[in-house]
Amino acid sequence: MAIKTQPVTVNLGPQHPSTHGVFRMRVMFDGEEIVDVEPVFGYLHRGSEKLAEERTYTQIITLTDRMDYVSSMLNNQGYILAVEKLAGIEPSPRGVWLRMIASELQRIASHLVATGFLLQDLGALGTPLIYAMRERENILDMFEMLCGARITNSYLRPGGVFMDAPAEFWPALDRGLDDIVNTIDELETYLSGNEIVFSRTKGTAVLPKELLINASITGPMLRASGVDWDLRHRAPYDYYDRITFERKLHTASDNYARYWVRVQEARESVKIIRQCIEQIEPGEVRPSFDDVPRLIRPPVGDAYAAIEGSKGELGFYLVSDGGIAPYRMHVRASSLINLTLLRDMLIGGQFGDLFVTFGSVDLNMGEVDR
Amino acid sequence: MTTVWSGDALAEAIEAFAPGSVESSAGTDVWLKPDSISTVCEGLKTRTEFKFDLLSSLTAVDYIDHFEVVYHLTSLPMNASAVLKSRVGHGRTEASIASVVPVWRGADYQEREVWDLMGIRFDGHPNHKRIMLWEGYPGHPLRKDYVTYDQSIASTAPGASGGQEGVE
Repeated sequence: MAIKTQPVTVNLGPQHPSTHGVFRMRVMFDGEEIVDVEPVFGYLHRGSEKLAEERTYTQIITLTDRMDYVSSMLNNQGYILAVEKLAGIEPSPRGVWLRMIASELQRIASHLVATGFLLQDLGALGTPLIYAMRERENILDMFEMLCGARITNSYLRPGGVFMDAPAEFWPALDRGLDDIVNTIDELETYLSGNEIVFSRTKGTAVLPKELLINASITGPMLRASGVDWDLRHRAPYDYYDRITFERKLHTASDNYARYWVRVQEARESVKIIRQCIEQIEPGEVRPSFDDVPRLIRPPVGDAYAAIEGSKGELGFYLVSDGGIAPYRMHVRASSLINLTLLRDMLIGGQFGDLFVTFGSVDLNMGEVDR
Repeated sequence: MTTVWSGDALAEAIEAFAPGSVESSAGTDVWLKPDSISTVCEGLKTRTEFKFDLLSSLTAVDYIDHFEVVYHLTSLPMNASAVLKSRVGHGRTEASIASVVPVWRGADYQEREVWDLMGIRFDGHPNHKRIMLWEGYPGHPLRKDYVTYDQSIASTAPGASGGQEGVE
């Protein structure tokens, strides 16, 4: 005999350990089944775009750190590329290689955090997360060598980076890359063929690729549906045209595919960094203050620059009126836009899969709310 | 490498299927008449010479005497990009433009954000509500005439004493 149930509305968040920050959802359940979802944003809204209008171009770098705070280097890079495009700054080669190394390290760290927390949400409490965080810790130590900061780096400057890497950075990086590969091997031994992971993630929250493109979803989520779209390959910025790497694609477009793509991309990032180390040459890490002054006054106009962030296309749109601060700054936040299909992913699913699906999107509330 | 459509070439191509919709063009930008935005976007997405299937970014800028809505489009099959702009709300009167959510669902949260922070209405949006700030928030903060650091807004927050009770 079927049990009759009544729909119940439950408020999840904003203070909830599985919401990756302060995110709130009003979810209507019918028994175990999700019948309606309404996301509520804004609990971490700090008005970064408005704050940028009263800061100089260099000061804004610190604001970008605080948007997606698990991939600060990538945010710095996206913003710096927009400033360079707007002001017509020619970057120094060594600075570009250094910022590519930094941002690829950051991508590995971000993907490790995403993977660790996904497994935590699956109920594998502790171990996978600690493995992932231990490796991220090594990457943060390397950032500390580069710029003295671990999370909010502000390492990049228009034209390059603010300081050359110290001598002890290079052997540490070499060791660190081997450790990263070992950790990923270890994680994959336990997880990628794990039957419990399979049964919980395969076939859940499947999204067709046409729908993903229509909803502007980019990054690992799009590549997990088999669409070969990576800005590092399709619209190479910095020196990505001198790098060869594989785009890892999966066709299932389910929670497992999204996990798998991130892990494989972390491996590819290690290969990219090795190629950067081979090609980097001595020189200045940023143009002199005669070429790029501390107070940049870009000509009147606008510029949009996008990079392949850890979560998808991370774009910065800057408008200049010729002054020392931007007239308008807009951030194309991939975390927010990747949530567009949250309802499609969750409705019809089970309560137990809710946070797994949510974790597979890999969002960061600092970037969603800005 | 991505091909960037020049403004003049794109304006000509748009005029070919939607006559009278282009206002002007310069550099890589095309300015469209606000009432033609739905037709043009539908054409840019479906016609085989464009195939702009992904809306990269949608935002707006306050130029004091008018607002400008900015669309950055990407075509995955052609690896091309284009910039569309449209001037609305001349003289800071009621600013509104047709929603492009029927064309690209990716515009959903982005249009809500522009409405919330810049105060441009998107006609035909399926869920036209504020996204970052609460309902009842006074004004739109990204406008240039918004008064910053005004502490009295705290009293309009949901649950604040003297504010609206029970506002979601």
